[in-house]
Amino acid sequence: MNKVLMKKKLVSNIFEMEVEAKGIANKAKAGQFVVIMVSEKGERIPLTLADWSVEKGTITLVFMVVGTSSLRLSQLEEGDDLFAVLGPLGHASDIEDYGAVIMVAGGVGTAPIYPIAKSLKERGNKVISIHGARSKDLLFWQDKLASVSNEHIITTDDGSFGRKGLVTEPLKELLEADHDKIISRVYSIGPGIMMKFCALTTKPFGVKTIVSLNPIMIDGTGMCGACRVCVHGKTKFTCIDGPEFDGHEVDWNLLTTRQRAYLNEEKCSYDKFHMECED
Amino acid sequence: MGGYKYEGRRLPVQDKKARMKTHRNKMTEQDPLARARNFDEVNLGYDAETAISEAERCLLCPSSPCVKGCPVKIRVPEFLDKISEGKFMEALEIIKADNALPAITGRVCPQEVQCEGPCTQNKVSKEPVGIGYLERYVADLERNSMDRCCVNCSPPTGKKVAVVGSGPGGLTVAADMMRLGHEVHIYEAFHKAGGVLVYGIPEFRLPKAIVDYEIKCMEDLGVKIHTNHIIGKIYSLDELMAEEGFDAIYVGIGAGAPRFMGIEGENLLGIFSANEYLTRSNLMKAYDFPNYDTPIAQGKKVCVMGGGNVAMDSVRTGLRLGAEEAHIIYRRSHEELPARTEEIHHAEEEGVMFDFLTTPIRFIGDDEGKLVAMECIRMELGEPDDSGRRRPVPLEGSNFILEADLAVIAIGAGPNPILTSSEPEIELNRWGYIVADDDGKTSKKGVWAGGDIVTGSATVILAMGAGRKSAASMHRYLTGEEEW
Repeated sequence: MNKVLMKKKLVSNIFEMEVEAKGIANKAKAGQFVVIMVSEKGERIPLTLADWSVEKGTITLVFMVVGTSSLRLSQLEEGDDLFAVLGPLGHASDIEDYGAVIMVAGGVGTAPIYPIAKSLKERGNKVISIHGARSKDLLFWQDKLASVSNEHIITTDDGSFGRKGLVTEPLKELLEADHDKIISRVYSIGPGIMMKFCALTTKPFGVKTIVSLNPIMIDGTGMCGACRVCVHGKTKFTCIDGPEFDGHEVDWNLLTTRQRAYLNEEKCSYDKFHMECED
Repeated sequence: MGGYKYEGRRLPVQDKKARMKTHRNKMTEQDPLARARNFDEVNLGYDAETAISEAERCLLCPSSPCVKGCPVKIRVPEFLDKISEGKFMEALEIIKADNALPAITGRVCPQEVQCEGPCTQNKVSKEPVGIGYLERYVADLERNSMDRCCVNCSPPTGKKVAVVGSGPGGLTVAADMMRLGHEVHIYEAFHKAGGVLVYGIPEFRLPKAIVDYEIKCMEDLGVKIHTNHIIGKIYSLDELMAEEGFDAIYVGIGAGAPRFMGIEGENLLGIFSANEYLTRSNLMKAYDFPNYDTPIAQGKKVCVMGGGNVAMDSVRTGLRLGAEEAHIIYRRSHEELPARTEEIHHAEEEGVMFDFLTTPIRFIGDDEGKLVAMECIRMELGEPDDSGRRRPVPLEGSNFILEADLAVIAIGAGPNPILTSSEPEIELNRWGYIVADDDGKTSKKGVWAGGDIVTGSATVILAMGAGRKSAASMHRYLTGEEEW
């Protein structure tokens, strides 16, 4: 079974959960994801691994409450079982010695970027993290990300902590200052709009920029095609071809359009759930 | 298997002549207009009296063309004769000797090209014996009553068999190997076992309670099912053998990768692979949203590309989800439709419209990226192609616009690469399907494969036939009767 061993609220609507999943922990690699179901009637939810422990046989998931399924997930307590956990899915990140890498993490994207940063640092890269949030009270895992970074830059949109502004500003400055071209890779994980603008920022510098996409998915094993995205003019399935792609080649408008496919249904489901909770 | 000859009782000539004058008993069905708006099963089944009367139409031909037409060689005249005597559980025992899942095959086999096609009654009067209906009848009777037919299991052999994929082929291998005394474990990536029987075929054609029952019977007999296990990711085949102690593995992972058309606009909102559309509705029960959390798009005008069973399932699902119009867009003509005759007939009765000799060349969206129409082109049929069917040729200048707000692509599926790409020892053909010999043996020692992952998209019963052969071969290997 997949028992919830630990659950805690990180910030207002973002939760961390440690789940028993021995087989997955044994095989997990940075950049991979799992598909979970809270209950038999629930949706299948893809979540990129935030951490795992082979010794404990556990995986760590970090998620933001955005609708019925994530709300139900957040309501599980320690000792409860998840109905299903499938993984590890997708390709692992390419962990090589790139020299120096910039890891741009935005919001809940901080969690999946952590194991990638950790692996890259262990591989001998100089890791510079740019860690963004809307405001101070939405920041989490600063210590964790800092522990796998040589430099750790925090930005908040409102200036309540760290540098005021968007993640793209220090990103641009770092690349401009990199006269010796030692930064040969940028990772960006966060909201679609942030990943898009990171890719736009790095493009003039010609630095390869990897993004981890999060479209709607069902099975996560390449059988439905719900997660199709357009990269380099070609249709790709995020689940089996990704989830990481070259950010300079992603059709961002298509991604965001397809992510909004079920807005009405999501609202209907959420309203029903709230009504049931009030009953 | 093979070379079957019916050696049961013979009918006197006058009885044969009398039987030839009888008419096929009709299957009772839900009213077409009512059922087009619900997900309950269309066919309601025979009762005992009708079943006996239908079984009495069998001519008990010594040549048994029905058995020759059956991919798993069920001893059809023998089971029909038992039904005609009212010995229903004995009939089921005869079926189960060759087919572990009769309630399912009775519903989804293309009988018209297998057992019923060559039936002598079909040649006489175009009214073959309702073999599929009778197979279904005795299987349903067992499930719905306290009657049980005997399933004998051999004493334990101490050998362990892993089955990868819980579709019809995998379930067949599991059933056969379990009966032969081996310990069987099934690995399934989804949260529910059954493969295409649960994610693909809709409730109105194959109620999920039936699949659940068949799987529960196997579990009761000792088969262990591990859902949420994706082989190739969580275990490699070598790990299954070395670490989990399996002596043999059957790979029955199906052809699960959907094909798209590769035309402009295919990623617009409102365009789905049949796999996605059917998985949402069948496995995730999106037709019961919001009682289930997974949503499904509802189209006013649903167009389904393709002419096979999956296309029929998709278009009829669209209708049941409330479409005002539901169309099959098929590039060949009625004659070439590969779907089961009964499904085509049911779809027509329910009001599905068929646009033959038509194919889309472009999908057209609005400002929000939603599908609003398709540009189509008319086709004409040219010379037969490799498949023996006449090749559709586009008619220049025949382009026209067809409005549609929901499109489903049901033009087939390819091999899923997750397992095969992680197993370099398993030889693949140039299309990515596993190469296996007649017994299902792959190029990797101790590993068999069968069903769609070997043949490409085919039918439930062909996957079961492949499973039977592999199980027999696997048993010979495990008992030392045959070298690898």
